[in-house]
Order: sequence, then C-alpha cells, then structure tokens
Amino acid sequence: MIGSARGASELRSSLALVKRNLSLVRRDGGWELVYMAYEVVNVLTIGFIGVSGNPEGANDRVLFLVAGALLWGFLSMLFHEVAESVAWERWEGTIEYSFMAPQSRVKYMAGVCMWGICYGLVRTMLCLAAVTLAFSISLEGANLWAALVTLAASSLAFIGMGLAAAVLPLISPEKGSPATHIFQALVLLVSGVYYDVSVLPAWMQPLSALSPATYTLRAARAALLDGASVAALSPELVKLLVLGIVLVPLGYAVFRAGERYAMRTGKLKRNG
Amino acid sequence: MAAAVECVGVSKAFREAPEEREPSADRRRGALSWLVAPAIPKRVKVEAVHDVSFDVGRGEIFGILGRNGSGKSTLVRLIATLLTPDSGTIKVFGKDVVADQIKVRKMINRVSVEAAFFKRLSASENLEYAAGLYDLEPREARARARDILSRLDFPARKMNSSLENLSRGMQQKVAVARALLTSPMALLLDEPTTGLDPVSKREVQDFVLEVRATHDTTVILTTHDMQEAERLCDRIAVIDGGRFVALDTPHGLRARGIARGAGEGAGEGLGVTGEELPSLEQVFFALTGTQTDDWLREGGE
Repeated sequence: MIGSARGASELRSSLALVKRNLSLVRRDGGWELVYMAYEVVNVLTIGFIGVSGNPEGANDRVLFLVAGALLWGFLSMLFHEVAESVAWERWEGTIEYSFMAPQSRVKYMAGVCMWGICYGLVRTMLCLAAVTLAFSISLEGANLWAALVTLAASSLAFIGMGLAAAVLPLISPEKGSPATHIFQALVLLVSGVYYDVSVLPAWMQPLSALSPATYTLRAARAALLDGASVAALSPELVKLLVLGIVLVPLGYAVFRAGERYAMRTGKLKRNG
Repeated sequence: MAAAVECVGVSKAFREAPEEREPSADRRRGALSWLVAPAIPKRVKVEAVHDVSFDVGRGEIFGILGRNGSGKSTLVRLIATLLTPDSGTIKVFGKDVVADQIKVRKMINRVSVEAAFFKRLSASENLEYAAGLYDLEPREARARARDILSRLDFPARKMNSSLENLSRGMQQKVAVARALLTSPMALLLDEPTTGLDPVSKREVQDFVLEVRATHDTTVILTTHDMQEAERLCDRIAVIDGGRFVALDTPHGLRARGIARGAGEGAGEGLGVTGEELPSLEQVFFALTGTQTDDWLREGGE
C-alpha cells in the first residue's frame, strides 16, 4: 500500500505533463482534426502509388508503402514530441516555470516521452483504421505481434535521439528548432521509409546503417508482409535495443549538458 | 541562526552582441558584401550582477529597486536556480543553489513580471499542472488554489476560462496563486504588480503581507513602484549597473537625504529643504539617475 502510494507520488510529476498535454489537445480539438485529416490523406496518397501499376502484388506494394508511412508517422511524431518539448515550452513562455520545479529532469523527460508514445500510438491507430478501410488491405499471414514488438523496441532509440535533439532549441533558441527538422528529414531520407535502402547511392548506405528507423522498417515489414516471428526478427530487434540502450542515456546526458550550458549563458528563459 | 537567503560576492556576466555593428566589417568585404551573410559581430561581456552580497532574514520582505536592465531580474533568476553564478555563493535556508538545486527548488517559488502560463488552458488546468510538478496531492491542491484565489478576489466562474481570455490582472492573480500553492518558504516576486490596476495591485500587496504574517514566508521583491516598496519592504537594496549602491530600511534610505545636512546643499539637490525627508523616489533618482550626488553614496551602508 505504502509502496503503491510512493509509486503514485513518483509518477505524479511525470503524469502532470501527460495530463497538461491532453488538456491542450482537448482545447485544440479543431486543429487536431485538421492534423489527423492531413495525415490520413498523406498515407492514402502514398498507398495509391502502390495500387497503380501491375495488379499482381499490389497488396504487398500497398502494404510496403503504407507500413512505411504509418511507422514513420509514429516514430517521427515520437521524435518530434520529445525534441520539440523545450521549444514548445519556450514558445508558450512556461520554460522557466517548468524547469525550476523541484522534479528531476528524468521525471520531466519521462513525462514528455510517455505523452509522445501515447499520442503517437493513438494517432497511428486511427490512421491505420482509415487506411485499412480505404485499401481493404489483407493482413492474412501478417505477424502483428512481432510488428508491435518491433515498434516498442524502436521507440527507445527514437526517444534517445529526441532527447539529444531537444538540446538544440535549448542552446540555440532561434536556430535549434529548425535544426531538429533538418535532422528528422535526414533520417527520413536514409532509412528506407518508402523504398529499400539498397536503392540509395553507395555513399549514403553507411548512414542508413546508423539510423534505427532502417532496422525498424526492415523488421516491421518482414513481420507484416512475410509473417516473420519475433525470434526470426531477433537480429534486427537486438540492434534496435542496443541502439536504444546507448542512445537514451547518451541523449539524456547531452540534454543535461545543454541545460547546464543554458543556465550558465542565460538561455534558459522564455525569450531566448 | 542562518539567513533565509544569503548571497556572498555574487557576479554574473553574459556575452551579448553589441548594439551597434562595426561598419568597417561590411566595407572590408567590398562588392560582395550584399551576397554573403553579415559579419557576426564580436560579442561583448556585459556584467549583469557584480559582486553582490546581502542576507535576507526569515520572514523578511526584501526589496530590490533598480532601473530596467540594472540586474534585478538576473539576481532573482540566480536565486531561482535558473542561472548559475560565475562567482560567489547563494544559499537558501543553508542550501546552495548550485550544489543542492532540487532542495532549493522545493523551498522557493517565483512570480515573474510576465504571466508564464499555457494560455489556452484554464486557471484550474494550469494550477493542476503546477500542483503535479510540485508533487502535491491533487484534491488538497485544488482546495488550496480555490482558497488563495478567493482571497485575491478572483471570481470562481472564471476558473475554467482559458487564460488568454482573462485580463492581465486576473492572469497575475493566478500566477500569485500558483506560486503560493506550493507553500514556499521563500517567495521571489519579480515585478508582480506591473500592469495591474490600483485595486488589483492593492489586493496582491495585501496578500503578500498576509502570507508573510501567517506563514512567516521570506519574500524577495523587485519592483519599480516606490510606494509598493515602501509599503511592503522591511529593507530595500538599490541596484544600478549590477551593483548594490544602497541597502537600508525605507526610512533609512530616505533619511540619507538629510544625513549630511541641508547646509552642504545635498538636500537642495533632491529638491528637499530643512529636515524634511526626501521621498524614496527622490533618493532612488539620486542613486541611479543622472543627477546622482556623491554625498548619497558616501553616506552609504
């Protein structure tokens, strides 16, 4: 009993961030609908590329493209929520208040990540439902469990990258946020979201090996298109977990170093 | 007994871009100067706070008066753990703001001149978020927030209105309630009544006095309002160019106007004759303005 009360107390400050963001989403319901509609249309547009051409193998082509679009939608949303958390607090003018609260930065970032995962999952599931209706995709033979395990394993790595990227708006209020978008775009380019990475020029191939999204997409597509089991995907999953185990503490350390720099140089304030 | 807040030899400098760019930088690049980005001007060191030392006793209301850019807010942000001092130490109830950051944060709260809220959220949602950040029990926090806001004459029907639809005065009352929600032992008020109408200003001031009387809260207040400083503060420091140029009780500061006697002409410099005390505003101008007289500085601490 005491343990659960302490657990609730430990979680309270992280959950405060989740609840705050949920309240903001509720207040911005209209805009959420707009974003959702745009995302669904975007995935449908990409899916229709797969429909065109030879009818044979169309289902696999659509699934290949749609899986890429949905997975990238989730991972980029997770990355964005974590990486932009500081820029957003600065824009709202609450950065000083949130950062002088007596909670460890781990709890703050845990709240941001929890929100990123929940928000990303709900949006991706809604999008998936819309896409399934539109294309009548057959998931017969797909291993959804293995795809979900892949998604969970890759979340860690993306959280780590988001934590490291969140330092950019912290140390450079004007240029930090655009820089996170450039980084996100580069990951999109080299990870094989809509094509196999083998089509990339030779000099780009090593970059694709550094991106966790490459392994996520390869494993998730194998699960969805070929019904690969978790055991069969273990080489990719291990790579994702290793990347996550390295990137989360590394990203956090980078963020903390950035925060100390911002406190030393006076950048931890609302107006930059 | 240890002071509530103790600053010893605190300095803080920033590197800032100079206000005027060096014209020769563009000339040197000649005809191509329109093509390339402007030369990045060399940053200059600006001393925001220089070698400041003071103690604030438990339950004391300590005022800091200064012009815009004099270093008031930097000093408050140093105490609030939002900045790290370049040199010197700051302790809050014996805990160092750098080494014991989280412990210090548990004991303080701050109201800044700009109401820092999620403005699309309501007062109640913002306060709930604050309570969560400070790990307060939600039900208790809600009751306490209602109590504080009603003391500040904040209408209950506005609790669920989005803050962007509330007046500046209302927003600032919510900011005060948010700071007091966490029962801070030391409250940092950075121009809390700027922009408030006289009635709201009075309500906030009364509440600050009440909080000190009932909770023995230590308050550090920066303000431009001389009447407010005189009404609320036990002692006042005048800061100019990052340095404390005077520190005394409000009466003590005013008494400096006659400390050297009208015979030396100092009183006339302040527009004061005989034994009449100059106003705090007159003393402030003398200490920080262009008409500064050396005699006031010499009669210092």
